[in-house]
Amino acid sequence: MTATATATRVELLSAAGWSPVCDWDLLVPGRGVAVLLPDGRQAAVFRDGSDRLYAVDNRDPFTGAYVLSRGLLGSTSDGRVYVASPLLKQRFDLATGECLDDEGVRIAVHAARSV
Amino acid sequence: MTTTKPTLLLVGYGMVGHRFLEALAEAGAAARYRVVVLAEEPRPAYDRVGLTSYFSGRSADDLLLAEEGFTDRHGFEVHLSSPAVSLDPAARTVTTAAGRTLSYDTLVLATGSYPFVPPVDGRDAEGCFVYRTIEDLQAIEAYAAGARVGAVVGGGLLGLEAAGALKGLGLETHVVEFAPRLMPVQVDEAGGAALRRTIESMGVVVHTGIGTKAITVADGRAVGMSFTDDSELATDLVVFSAGVRPRDQLAREAGLAVGERGGIAIDEHCRTSDPHVFAIGECALAVDGRVYGLVAPGYEMAVSVARQLAEQAVQPFTGADLSTKLKLLGVDVASFGDAFGSTPGSLDVVYSDSRSGVYKKLVVTAEGALLGGILVGDASAYATLRPLTGTGRPLPVPAESLVLPAGADTAVSLGGSALPDDAVVCSCNNVTKGTIRAAVTDHQCTTVPEVKKCTRAGTNCGSCVKLLGTIVADELEASGVEVDRGLCPCFAHTRAELYEIVLVKRISTHRRLLAEHGRAPEGSEGCEVCKPTVASIIASLAPVLEASGHILDGEQGALQDTNDHFLANLQKNGSYSVVPRIPGGEITPDKLIVIGEVAKEFGLYTKITGGQRIDLFGASVDQLPMIWSRLVAAGFESGHAYGKSLRTVKSCVGSTWCRYGVQDSVAMAIQLELRYRGLRSPHKLKSAVSGCARECAEARGKDFGVIATTNGWNLYVGGNGGATPRHADLLAQDLDDEQLVRLIDRFLMFYIRTADRLERTSTWLERIEGGLDHVREVVVEDSLGIADELEALMARHIGDYQDEWAATLADPDRMRRFVSFVNAPGVPDPSIRFVPERDQVKPDLVLLATEEQLLAALDPDNAPFPAARILEEAR
Ligand SMILES: Cc1cc2nc3c(=O)[nH]c(=O)nc-3n(C[C@H](O)[C@H](O)[C@H](O)COP(=O)(O)OP(=O)(O)OC[C@H]3O[C@@H](n4cnc5c(N)ncnc54)[C@H](O)[C@@H]3O)c2cc1C
Ligand code: SF4
Repeated sequence: MTATATATRVELLSAAGWSPVCDWDLLVPGRGVAVLLPDGRQAAVFRDGSDRLYAVDNRDPFTGAYVLSRGLLGSTSDGRVYVASPLLKQRFDLATGECLDDEGVRIAVHAARSV
Repeated sequence: MTTTKPTLLLVGYGMVGHRFLEALAEAGAAARYRVVVLAEEPRPAYDRVGLTSYFSGRSADDLLLAEEGFTDRHGFEVHLSSPAVSLDPAARTVTTAAGRTLSYDTLVLATGSYPFVPPVDGRDAEGCFVYRTIEDLQAIEAYAAGARVGAVVGGGLLGLEAAGALKGLGLETHVVEFAPRLMPVQVDEAGGAALRRTIESMGVVVHTGIGTKAITVADGRAVGMSFTDDSELATDLVVFSAGVRPRDQLAREAGLAVGERGGIAIDEHCRTSDPHVFAIGECALAVDGRVYGLVAPGYEMAVSVARQLAEQAVQPFTGADLSTKLKLLGVDVASFGDAFGSTPGSLDVVYSDSRSGVYKKLVVTAEGALLGGILVGDASAYATLRPLTGTGRPLPVPAESLVLPAGADTAVSLGGSALPDDAVVCSCNNVTKGTIRAAVTDHQCTTVPEVKKCTRAGTNCGSCVKLLGTIVADELEASGVEVDRGLCPCFAHTRAELYEIVLVKRISTHRRLLAEHGRAPEGSEGCEVCKPTVASIIASLAPVLEASGHILDGEQGALQDTNDHFLANLQKNGSYSVVPRIPGGEITPDKLIVIGEVAKEFGLYTKITGGQRIDLFGASVDQLPMIWSRLVAAGFESGHAYGKSLRTVKSCVGSTWCRYGVQDSVAMAIQLELRYRGLRSPHKLKSAVSGCARECAEARGKDFGVIATTNGWNLYVGGNGGATPRHADLLAQDLDDEQLVRLIDRFLMFYIRTADRLERTSTWLERIEGGLDHVREVVVEDSLGIADELEALMARHIGDYQDEWAATLADPDRMRRFVSFVNAPGVPDPSIRFVPERDQVKPDLVLLATEEQLLAALDPDNAPFPAARILEEAR
């Protein structure tokens, strides 16, 4: 795949404004990628099977490791799309950042768009 | 103080003696007594009921009944090889053969019985044996090696078992029975005839209605037998199995009451004529005038005495059920209740098919209540019919429908729901249906293994386990516990069912499987459970589905767990470890040097694994391709340490170097590892090959293990190490290379096809219906007729194999994922850092403790790569 002039790009909002992430076509449905933000933080960006876009913190709060982008996506029976941490498998709602397995835990959600 | 405790002396440490010690511990009374055990045999109690399995590979150690440390844990003093030779009830002492005298407060005799040898001339000649202990079997085994013909005197239960053993040892086998039919105690004439036909068709020669007159002896060795009808038989080996007699000598000589025909007389609480002495098991003569030669009544007595010693209330022992179900020479035989119809007015319902050797007879009352029965050739109904026996209530369905073969129009098989609560489901441990139901309702057991543990049901002969399963399932359902066998919230099917669906409907994507067979709402993503499971099923069937075999291609790439996605193992700080394949654990110095160089260059922590290879830790995602291009160039390939697939085939050094070795275990291990590498399965698969019976490679702790014999290879399956260790079971023996490989092909494919997600072969083997026997029938005897298909599937897997890492390096599309950051390729992940330990590295976990810690480390003053600047440059 080579990016063409018409290809859509994915952008992420941070303190420094909208910054480019990658070409939309580079995102594989059901998987994520890691993004380095200008301040050194990391975000995980996902595309789901219905082509919706999500961005959350890449840090797994249970282990401290920066790995959420490498988790698998799933959806609950009521349709909430989540990522399961590849380390200890806790699930995080991608729309709200809530941990579905531990009420008290929540990760930050970032704004993302494709342009 | 221990010296003030009363002494409890147990004489005889056989099956019943052991059950007594267990029951004493269970009743919480072990610590109340100083417990001393005198055992005649050189080893602790073992499974005499399963004695014959010694010939199919269970070692003397495997047969032991107690788990390790049992006697020490309870403080029991066990003296092996120390038979008691005299008893003085007045002084309350027992003297051992070594001359030691022990005092007791309470004595329990559990001395069992001895085999009866008819007083015929020549019975002491070399080549004459009995069949009772491990030593007997070892002697038979050794002698059979130089023999051609063997004869068994006695065509009862034990005689037929012994005949099966002689047959298995390769002898021309004869059975001589005095009665007009086989198993005269358990089956009637027609049943005996069915049994005889089947056994004869296996090549065992049966002689009935004749007695043995003498053993012909030449040079001190048995060479033949002569019979009451004046016929003769030339034979090299004779096994006497003409019944047993209770070992009551100790009690008899001490003046305790014994029966006219032997047996230590006991009352209904198992007390002998001396109030300080109990007798239990096969040496005891119960109040009903019988000596019980089965283990279950002995267990009942053992538990009763133990409870009395713990001052608990007990039921009187007045007699026991003599029902039996056995597999003799591969033929099922069961006999229960009033098998001979001796109840006045009883009626028979009989089905007999001499072509297939099936004979079934039910004895019923005029009102249709079951009194007993005999089943030969197909005893599958035994588990439900026996508990229904003698309840006095009419059967829930016509008796004739219960004897018809499965598949016949009106055949019915009863499940647990047909049984009343007081029906005894497990006769070995006397567990009723009510107790089993209570385990579910009152003790929160939700699985068969839990119920077995809680009630002991099904833990002995196992004939009731299937019935147990239906009762537990019914009860769970009735109590509203939803028994969801589904793989995950997205699928109501099990993994094995999904496998069949994928295979039959040729479905090659998770998305389609979910849409057509899932239970999740439309548009569902699936989940982290079904995605990798379905990916694994599709991967193992890829050649048949004509899907791409590479696990990173197409939709497959999105279904894999991170380990499969990056072809490496994720570690706690987000870095990965790398394991190149080292088949059979054999490696050249040059390759070792390459691994060392790579580890040094990339700063990796190195460790030798349990599977005889080398694990390299601490690689970041972007380093993986660089590391692997070095390894692939040096001739390494993926070790699949990241996948649910074959890990390693360990080996000992074998006959090439080892002075004991009888086969080349290294060559075989390499052959097997290369054959099955990359095979995706429900869980990881481990294997090992040992070059002789010393078993240095620990093959019996593996999913499939191979042990060399002088004649070839023995194949063991279902072993496991880890948290729930299990010794592998012998599947087949003395195989040549080709037979070995063929059986492993079938075994693995059958497992892949039928196992649940994350179910190791050990749990699979214990869960599936029919257990090891069923697997042997399918894999060795091809009872389902699928062996060719299983072999063909394996052949396609082998033909399609490609090294996943070499293929990945060659493909820019697949390579694209190996970046830490999609917006900054080439920038390493700053969260992956290490600190030194023992001259190597370990993850820097402080850095991961909070986000602030990481950000502080990235401060321009102390960070090697300020993120903002690098991002700027990357753009
Ligand atoms: C091949 C075979 C197959 C069988 N199959 C079945 C079956 O399918 N179902 C079934 O229910 N039963 C079966 N049985 C019978 C079953 O094994 C016995 O009922 C059971 O072992 C009886 O237990 P026990 O403890 O009374 O006697 P044992 O197990 O014989 O134990 C008695 C022990 O006491 C020791 N002993 C004797 N005298 C002394 C002494 N003076 N001092 C110290 N120790 C002494 C003996 O050496 C022995 O170790 C089978 C038996 C055999 C041999
Ligand atoms: S298993 Fe046998 S052949 Fe292999 S190393 Fe041990 S003793 Fe030698």
